[in-house]
Amino acid sequence: MIQSADVAVNVAGVSKIFGSGDQEVRALDDVSVAIRQNEFFTLLGPSGCGKTTLLRLLAGFEHPTRGEIFLNGTDIAGLPPNKRPVNTVFQSYALFPHLTVGQNIGFGLEMQGKPKAEVEQTVDAMLKLVRMEALKKRRTSQISGGQQQRVALARALAPHPEVLLLDEPLSALDFKLRKEMQLELKRLQNETGITFIFVTHDQEEALTMSDRIAVMRDGKILQVGGPREIYDRPAERFVADFIGDTNFLRAEILGVDGDAARLRLDAGGVEIAADLPEGAARSGAVTVVIRPERARFLGPDDAPPDGESALDARVEQMVYFGTDTHYHLRLGGDERFIARIQNDERLARAPAEGDSVRIAFPARAAQVLKD
Amino acid sequence: MAQPTDDARHGHAEREAARRRVRANWLLSAPALAMLAFAASGPLLIMLVYSFLTPGDYGGIVWKFSGEGWFQVLFSRDIFDETVGLADAHLTIFWRSLELSILTTLLALVLGFPTAYFIATRPREQRALWLFLVTIPFWTNLLIRTFAIMELIRNEGVINSILLWLGVIDAPLQMMFTEGATLVGMAYVYLPLMVLPLYAAMDRLDFRLVEAGYDLYATRLQVLRKVILPLVKPGVIAGSILVFIPSLGAYVTPRLLGGGRNMMMGNFIELQFGQGRNWPLGAALSITLLLVVMLALVVYVKNANKGGAGHG
Ligand SMILES: Nc1ncnc2c1ncn2[C@@H]1O[C@H](COP(=O)(O)OP(=O)(O)O)[C@@H](O)[C@H]1O
Ligand SMILES: [Mg+2]
Repeated sequence: MIQSADVAVNVAGVSKIFGSGDQEVRALDDVSVAIRQNEFFTLLGPSGCGKTTLLRLLAGFEHPTRGEIFLNGTDIAGLPPNKRPVNTVFQSYALFPHLTVGQNIGFGLEMQGKPKAEVEQTVDAMLKLVRMEALKKRRTSQISGGQQQRVALARALAPHPEVLLLDEPLSALDFKLRKEMQLELKRLQNETGITFIFVTHDQEEALTMSDRIAVMRDGKILQVGGPREIYDRPAERFVADFIGDTNFLRAEILGVDGDAARLRLDAGGVEIAADLPEGAARSGAVTVVIRPERARFLGPDDAPPDGESALDARVEQMVYFGTDTHYHLRLGGDERFIARIQNDERLARAPAEGDSVRIAFPARAAQVLKD
Repeated sequence: MAQPTDDARHGHAEREAARRRVRANWLLSAPALAMLAFAASGPLLIMLVYSFLTPGDYGGIVWKFSGEGWFQVLFSRDIFDETVGLADAHLTIFWRSLELSILTTLLALVLGFPTAYFIATRPREQRALWLFLVTIPFWTNLLIRTFAIMELIRNEGVINSILLWLGVIDAPLQMMFTEGATLVGMAYVYLPLMVLPLYAAMDRLDFRLVEAGYDLYATRLQVLRKVILPLVKPGVIAGSILVFIPSLGAYVTPRLLGGGRNMMMGNFIELQFGQGRNWPLGAALSITLLLVVMLALVVYVKNANKGGAGHG
């Protein structure tokens, strides 16, 4: 297998099956993904989709039923967890209750047989890194959840692993602390230069923190890409639906030119241009997605600017959200559409419930789905 | 992070709840404590009184004060010239009992630890079955179990027959009536008392901590020493105490498997109440044994806790 030096972790055709017979659970189904050096890589998906299983395979607690895993180009199948330069921040933190904060952080280094002075020095540096200097001598049961989280992080970072695995590390924290820790994690990743593989079921967390995201469902990776790409160019209905709000519209493909397609929307028979992902149907009936914030209102006499498409609609309901308003619209052909419009006092005339309106969206705001 | 005042208030409520819990616990354990006071302290008190009386000619006691019982625990008077010497035989018996009990406890720990670990790592629905199997020996009388061991190890027993038949040996191995037989027999008899508290501790052990240990570069042995042992230490302590105490006073097993040749404390005490017809000495020996056990426990628990603090 040829590896580019840029790839830290290469998962190649990995399946993991638990149990057998009736009890068989396919936790991972032919998963392949390449994670780059120094990347903040996120596995995003609903509970039970196989995120933890993938992390456990990387850490060495489970073994793939099929497929191979390479770490910096070496097959790590034969390596037990204690021989892998990979550390885990467990979902439950799993701090050692019989050790102090400092001893927890120093545990990995001590097991590696590092000299005492070096262990002490690194522990102090780690305490500083996670801003916990004052609590070194405390028992782990005597600190708050947020502090335990930091200790778990420091403990996993102290041996300076090549890859850090984080299994929903923020899910137990309250909202404000979670926001704080999101920034903190980003900072730690920048400062240490370690490849982070981060697991979450929270799409917002994934979008704000990640360099790249893999969206998972039922043991499969559906799409891998940067946050923008995942958000703006979801390739499948599940991805579009799981991340943010979205509108699904039925359409028919009229013609294809490379990765762009001309479609006719069933709603109102309007022709629009849309992006066509690889692997999508190139003719016939398809579903397109348009994010609610991509739509805007046209004045009654305005013609849509060049390349934009316009649709007629009727306002059924308005929901005010402070910075913006959600307009629940009904299109021709009985399809629904939600438009999220920024509230702007300078706007001459905001539509009211029952009004007939025209909405426009930019040429490639629409994306054809693969399914 | 919480404000200090919040912390303080929280701490206060916590302490109040703890106090209530303690009160409830005392109330709940009152019947057991009453039972203990009656059934354990009563006989002990009788023993204490008897130890200061004079032996009757045909056993029993005469209600006349005497320090002879206690004197004889450590010293003996020559029958002919009444010179006083140290009672070597008593000390030997004491030492042998202590040694054998410690060895029994260690053997039970070495056998019981992997057993308990094995059970604790089975799927939950299978564990009841394994625990049930561990407790099966308790279903039969101690005497019968000991006879079963004799059937295995005596000269014409199962083990010797098989070994002879296989040609591994030409003459039966003498296993009966050895200290080794007593040791194995006692470890077998008390093994469940070790396994059950160990299992209880391991059942509470969060195996994610074991994984965390492996993840942080610990070898199997290091995980055992640095993670598992410190966490299941309460179980080790409880199991050791539960095995050590009855071992020290064991009577049936050493008698049958050791053949009464290498007398143990329990046998020696029994002797005083039987053929020896020296109840005060028997009573004094019993109380001495009790004190030794208590002393051993205090030292053991103190040390065990210090080990933990050394960790922390
Ligand atoms: N040890 C196991 N034995 C049997 N099934 C398991 C085991 N671990 C995970 N699974 C199953 O595999 C699937 C994926 O689980 P998991 O990786 O924990 O999902 P996630 O972390 O995304 O919530 C689930 O259906 C789960 O029930
Ligand atoms: Mg999980």
